[in-house]
Amino acid sequence: MKKHGRGSENGLSRRDALRLGVGAASACALGGLGAGRAGAQATGFDWKRFKGEKIEVSLVKNDRSTILQKYEKEFEELTGISVGSEQIPEQQHRQKQIIEFTSGRTSFDVTFVAWHVQKRLFGKAKWMEDLRGYLKDPTMTAPDYDWGDFSKASVDFATQADGRIDTLPLVIDYWILYWNKELFQAKGVPLPKTFDEMLEAARRLHDPANRIYGFVARGLKNANTPVWTGFLLGWDVDSVDDKGELHTDGPEAIAAAELYKKILKDYAPPGVSGFNWNECQTLFMQGNAAMWYDGIGFAPPLEDRTKSRVVGKVGYGMTPAGPKRQHAGVSGTGIGVSAFSRKKGPAYYYCQWATNKLNQARILETGAGAPCRDSAYRDPRAMANLKVPKEWAEALVECGKIGRPLLPVIIPVTEFRDVFGIALTNMIAGADPAAELKKATALFRPVLEKSEKG
Amino acid sequence: MQRAPSSRAYARRSKYIRFILPALAVVLAVIVFPWVFTLWMSLNDWQIGRPRSFVGLQNFTGLARDERFLGSIGRTIYYTVLAVAVPVVLGVLSALVFHQRFPLRGFLRGIFILPMMATPVAVALVWTMMFHPQMGVLNYLLSLVGLPPSLWVYAPETVIPALVLVDVWHWTPLIMLIVLGGLSALPTEPFESARIDGASPWQMFRAITFPLVLPFLMVAVIIRTIDALKTFDTIFVITQGGPGTASETINIYLYLQAFAFYKMGHASAVVVVFFALIVVCSLLLLHVRQKTLWT
Repeated sequence: MKKHGRGSENGLSRRDALRLGVGAASACALGGLGAGRAGAQATGFDWKRFKGEKIEVSLVKNDRSTILQKYEKEFEELTGISVGSEQIPEQQHRQKQIIEFTSGRTSFDVTFVAWHVQKRLFGKAKWMEDLRGYLKDPTMTAPDYDWGDFSKASVDFATQADGRIDTLPLVIDYWILYWNKELFQAKGVPLPKTFDEMLEAARRLHDPANRIYGFVARGLKNANTPVWTGFLLGWDVDSVDDKGELHTDGPEAIAAAELYKKILKDYAPPGVSGFNWNECQTLFMQGNAAMWYDGIGFAPPLEDRTKSRVVGKVGYGMTPAGPKRQHAGVSGTGIGVSAFSRKKGPAYYYCQWATNKLNQARILETGAGAPCRDSAYRDPRAMANLKVPKEWAEALVECGKIGRPLLPVIIPVTEFRDVFGIALTNMIAGADPAAELKKATALFRPVLEKSEKG
Repeated sequence: MQRAPSSRAYARRSKYIRFILPALAVVLAVIVFPWVFTLWMSLNDWQIGRPRSFVGLQNFTGLARDERFLGSIGRTIYYTVLAVAVPVVLGVLSALVFHQRFPLRGFLRGIFILPMMATPVAVALVWTMMFHPQMGVLNYLLSLVGLPPSLWVYAPETVIPALVLVDVWHWTPLIMLIVLGGLSALPTEPFESARIDGASPWQMFRAITFPLVLPFLMVAVIIRTIDALKTFDTIFVITQGGPGTASETINIYLYLQAFAFYKMGHASAVVVVFFALIVVCSLLLLHVRQKTLWT
């Protein structure tokens, strides 16, 4: 994965970033929109510039979108722009986007982009507006927007390979290790720091006679691929590098697959090859799994007394270190302006508002995900109002330091997940990892090569 | 000047043709055009986001060599046979029961047809929870009668029968209703004669009830077969075709090609092949039904 800095590599120089951040410090000190308005007047930025316009926003159905919709009126009052927004389930949302973008006319002005799935396709087709010009323009970007506040990982994700920034960072999802403190303490097992220790902990805690399973993670094809690619990062290897080379059947990939096979075949519950995140969650929530490796967003249900039996007993740990490195696999979502929109200015205003400091703090407060702004984690109000344990937020901060994309940024990422997902499922049933990966790589290589042509 | 009779007839007909035009336009727009377009797309290599190119029959020859597609045909047939045979047997048995007179018959019949009214996606979500190998109620019920737990939809060996179980629960009432309608329409004379001649209930069923009710049963079989062949929602919600590809029927394969991988040309070829399969299947069943009609 190509690393982009926040500086000149992505088209925004440090000087630009500083200029964009003019007044940010004072805005932070004074807090709220009043300070933003004062700074705005000084730079010629006017939130009311597009008063009377109407925009359409297409959101994915999730807690982050609910927050944006809940406070939408705040944006309308601030700008005088009317917003029509709708939440659509993820799969249907992606299909709607593809169909509308392909037709060359979109019903929405603003939309989400799942970086780990859609970034390359949307970037290659140039379906989203390049926002660099807007970010540099002091009359279009609020002086307190503070681009420099976004984490490096999220800015890297929002930046296309050619340097275009076609989304603003909204949320970033790290993969973490959920662990049941009660089960660990009962057997005196320490929190694993390495993959070997994780395997050993799973072995010691696995007690199927008492319906306790040492480890659980996704086994269902497609959904399971990030588990393996997440392990692979511990060998310091990306499944597809920035030159488009596949590293999916080499010794590191095989070793990561051996770990996947061993831990799920021997220490996960029977039937795990059909488990998606929801089955894993159900099992962990009932106190029947000692460890669960998955995305960061599951703290709210795990800490919900009406649903969970492990409230207050969950530990939120980072992905253990592999033989070479320790990384937290990252996926994420940005929000941007459709290149086919006729209201790009108002749409960009909405994106700015959606990713401002206040909304990022709101995302953290509710545990709806990991905000991309560093300031959210320093916000005393957000931390005080946290609806989930502080340990969760602390894990987020630590993951931010070692985040690395979980899935390759390629067009056929869904097919990648599907092909390798089937291989991984076969492994749980006993198939040889090396043979399965070789077969899957041979199957996927022409798909990847073809996707980059034309 | 008087017009010739043929031109008068033409003028009269052309007046009526105008009334057909709206329906014709709708048929052309929603049936003919999509079909011609799908046929055309099946001859092209087109993935969304990339330029389209004409490839002739390459998509079809590719399908003939695609092990995953061929596997999905086998699984579709396996699923369809089970999802038709089991509800037909159970539906006929329950129709025979509900054809008898007994207390609370109407109420119980109402209860029996309730599953049919449920939305397939909602049904699938509930069954997904019930199938959970550790937390699901089905394994708990098995444990109550001393049976070992099953992996249901979570194991390649049991996934198709488990999915058929959902279909059986959902659609047996439909078969029952159709057969019950047929039973109610049967003439009473052959039964009275048979009873006078001393025929046993089994003989009466085998020699009179079954042959007479067969045309109705064939209608039910045709409807159920087409329904089972195109089952998508329950399979997709419960297993998404997994574990691995163990429950990947043609529909799931088609969905992945079209809406997950965006290979529209390839997916169109799958549609054409699938359509041909359904037409052959329906023609066969209609032929059989013709043979079973009362003469």
